[in-house]
Amino acid sequence: MLHALWTHLVKDLRIEWRSREAVNSMLFFALLVVVLFSLAFDPRGAFSREIAGGVLCVATMFASVSALNQAWAREIRHQVLDAQRMAPTPGAELFLAKVLANFLFVSVVQLLLAPVFLVFYNLHVEGQAWQLALVLPLGTWALVANGTFFAALSIRSRNRELLLPLILFPIFMPALLAMVLATTSILTGDSDPTLWIKLLLGYDIIFTTVCLLLFDVVLNAE
Amino acid sequence: MKKIIISLYAVATIVLMVWGFYQAIYVAPEEQTMHEVQRIFYYHVPSAMVAFLFFAVSLIGSIGFLGFRRSRAVWAQISDAWALAGAEVGVVFCTIVLITGPLWGRRAWGIWWTWDARLTTTLVLWLIYVSYLLLRRFAAGPQVQTLAAVLGIFGALDVPIVYMSNRWWRTQHPAPVFGGGPDSGIKDPAMLAAFGWNVLAWLAWGVLILVLRYYVERQQQKIAEHEAQEALNA
Repeated sequence: MLHALWTHLVKDLRIEWRSREAVNSMLFFALLVVVLFSLAFDPRGAFSREIAGGVLCVATMFASVSALNQAWAREIRHQVLDAQRMAPTPGAELFLAKVLANFLFVSVVQLLLAPVFLVFYNLHVEGQAWQLALVLPLGTWALVANGTFFAALSIRSRNRELLLPLILFPIFMPALLAMVLATTSILTGDSDPTLWIKLLLGYDIIFTTVCLLLFDVVLNAE
Repeated sequence: MKKIIISLYAVATIVLMVWGFYQAIYVAPEEQTMHEVQRIFYYHVPSAMVAFLFFAVSLIGSIGFLGFRRSRAVWAQISDAWALAGAEVGVVFCTIVLITGPLWGRRAWGIWWTWDARLTTTLVLWLIYVSYLLLRRFAAGPQVQTLAAVLGIFGALDVPIVYMSNRWWRTQHPAPVFGGGPDSGIKDPAMLAAFGWNVLAWLAWGVLILVLRYYVERQQQKIAEHEAQEALNA
């Protein structure tokens, strides 16, 4: 039971531990986005709290696309993906392992980025800070689950690196909206983020279910 | 015979559209608060209805393809052709909605665009189906139909969530004209008639384009199949 999931997860984590490719590239990319946004918008005082949530979410979103593109590209080499298709284990386990691995990578990036963020934007949380520990993982899960799915989908196309953001971002939009509004309302303390947390939870449940159901179709698409 | 029917249908459609134009511009009375600008309503709303209908056709086609792809190859191909035609023609009508909407909004609200529930939903819907068409363009080979069908289902699933999230966020678009409460509905019979004729005309026109696009896609599928067979025989 879930043996294949565990094997895939340990393998992905071990590869990442040895190379640190995904986390390093994401971290640097997200840092660049944060710096670029700071230069473009000149965040000071209350205004920095208004935009900080949006910048954090968009930075995560852009950064994770670079890692998600690599997630399956590694499996293409040496026909590993073909071997996985022939393996007598459900594709859902392979998918879930990839999602969990990438979820951990993106979460690590967010944790490392958080102090930088607090310094650059002079933030102090006005609302309930513990709610951030709910919003960010839920939003990240929405991003990574859909992203891993669409990365597997776009890996078969000619310009795969280009296609992933093009099909992922429109689908991800409601989750991004909820994530940004929840984060902003926690940072500013102006309104109650409960509604947005519920929306994120619903989005996660719906799309994770559909991804798990349809992953075999994408994996075995001929 | 098929050509004659299609030609007759096309002629009837054009007559309907001319009649709809006459009704909307000359017969329907002027609206009290928005005056002449309100006449764009007779194009904006029917286009939106047709766009949503064709996206539904696309969704049904996508589900049909995934359902039939292992069991009935021909049905699967037909479903896929409907899915593609629905998405393409739907995007065209959705584009018309997105162009006529700001034109109207500029005069009625004083702004071109606002991030309200229905506007944002329509825009996201448009983006999703454009990405669907991009996927069909970029992905090569026989698996493109499966991948596109999956994305089509994802896109349709996203629409209600986008709508709900934006409705909680903010709303400026007027409440639904039909079925929006006891006060909704068009009260003036001449306005209702003009609206009805235009819905009919644009629906007829949309269906004509949809069916033609479907035929083109079916022909292309048959050519591709034929070529594959030739290559096997050679």
